[in-house]
Amino acid sequence: MTDPVQIDLVVNGQPRSAAAEPRRLLADFLRDDLGLTGTHVGCEHGVCGACTVLVDGEPVRSCLMFAVQARGAEVRTIEGLAEGGRLNPVQEALWNSHSFQCGFCTPGFVMQITALLEENPTPGEAEIREALSGNICRCTGYQSIVEGVLRAAGHDVPTAAH
Amino acid sequence: MKPPPFEYHAPDSLEEALDLLREHGDEARPLAGGQSLVPMMNFRLARPSVVIDLNQVPGLSELDAADGVVRCGAMVRERAAERSAVVHERAPLLAAALPLIGHEAIRTRGTLGGSLAHADPAAELPAVALAAEAQLVARSAERGERVLGADEFFAGFFTTALEPDELLVEIRLPEVPAGSGVRFEEVARRQGDFAMVGVLAVLHTADGVIDDARLALIGVADRAVRAREAEAALIGAKADAGAFAEAAATAARDLEPMSDLHGSSAYRKHVAERLVQRALQGAAEAAGVR
Repeated sequence: MTDPVQIDLVVNGQPRSAAAEPRRLLADFLRDDLGLTGTHVGCEHGVCGACTVLVDGEPVRSCLMFAVQARGAEVRTIEGLAEGGRLNPVQEALWNSHSFQCGFCTPGFVMQITALLEENPTPGEAEIREALSGNICRCTGYQSIVEGVLRAAGHDVPTAAH
Repeated sequence: MKPPPFEYHAPDSLEEALDLLREHGDEARPLAGGQSLVPMMNFRLARPSVVIDLNQVPGLSELDAADGVVRCGAMVRERAAERSAVVHERAPLLAAALPLIGHEAIRTRGTLGGSLAHADPAAELPAVALAAEAQLVARSAERGERVLGADEFFAGFFTTALEPDELLVEIRLPEVPAGSGVRFEEVARRQGDFAMVGVLAVLHTADGVIDDARLALIGVADRAVRAREAEAALIGAKADAGAFAEAAATAARDLEPMSDLHGSSAYRKHVAERLVQRALQGAAEAAGVR
């Protein structure tokens, strides 16, 4: 039973399947078996949040879940957000706030932000900071990210200087 | 940073899970939410040769209240409990602790039973179990069900009274008296990190005089602890700052917390005293004193 098992799931609306050992982490499965390298692997022990994806609508650390546990699940990753090659409104708001710099933490943040706004479309700043507390960014100091989420949530935020 | 190979089982009944646990014993680890076990496996601090995934086992995610007791299946996710009206109305100790556990994306997977059975001395839920005087229901294939009091469940550093073939299946939280005030205070390096020290205080008063006081501390010993002497001193006292300061000094006096990178023993002891005071004050306010 340590042999590869067939894993069928839905990723970004598409049925996908691949075989993987039970020890295969969902993050590695997405990246290496399905070729979806948008999900980033940072700390690999659930601290940094870079690998956050949505499983059945809930944000989870994909480094703390085995791919075999996602059989039959609906997974959403950063690749599923843009609509027809165009940034979705959340991505657009983050873009306009220059929320990110190096981009390593970005996919995890954006998926966590997506989960937040789907549950609560109009969070205040404190709720935003609480929701993002599990994601680490080493570039920005977070202000620009919080501002981007405020913008995505429809708050009046001045456009960042270009 | 990848887990070592293991034999994976995803039983779809409790009987099957218990049979697997009996068969594999010490070699096996039950997998609940995986928010502690998987990082330990990634670091290879844990190398179970068999993993028994409980996520397909039906009947372990019920949450309801009857006859003054809130019953939580061991696989209730922390996030689900956080959203539960039953928890907010009938289990205020649990409601106070949940937002302090990790981060949202941890709580969506993490389970009540998993955290309790992991028995991290800095985790919040053991404090809830102790202060609520929870009953923890364990099952094994051989011996069936047994019910453990919270005070006998936690046996030390990451250690419980569960036998290798036993599974924690349910947590029973007796309701606290109506009108009780509850406050969970903690100090952590970062929001969502394990607490360096945490204190759960529960107070009930009648005419400004304390008739029920419970204090549970985390991060100060090899397991969560009740501050029984301080609690006893509070009963019959007026709920005021003087009584709280005295109780805090009593609660901290005999503590011998461990030192680590995040804080020395002396620092933790100091923080524990201050947090007891703060938690009692907060609990008194929540109980409507003054």
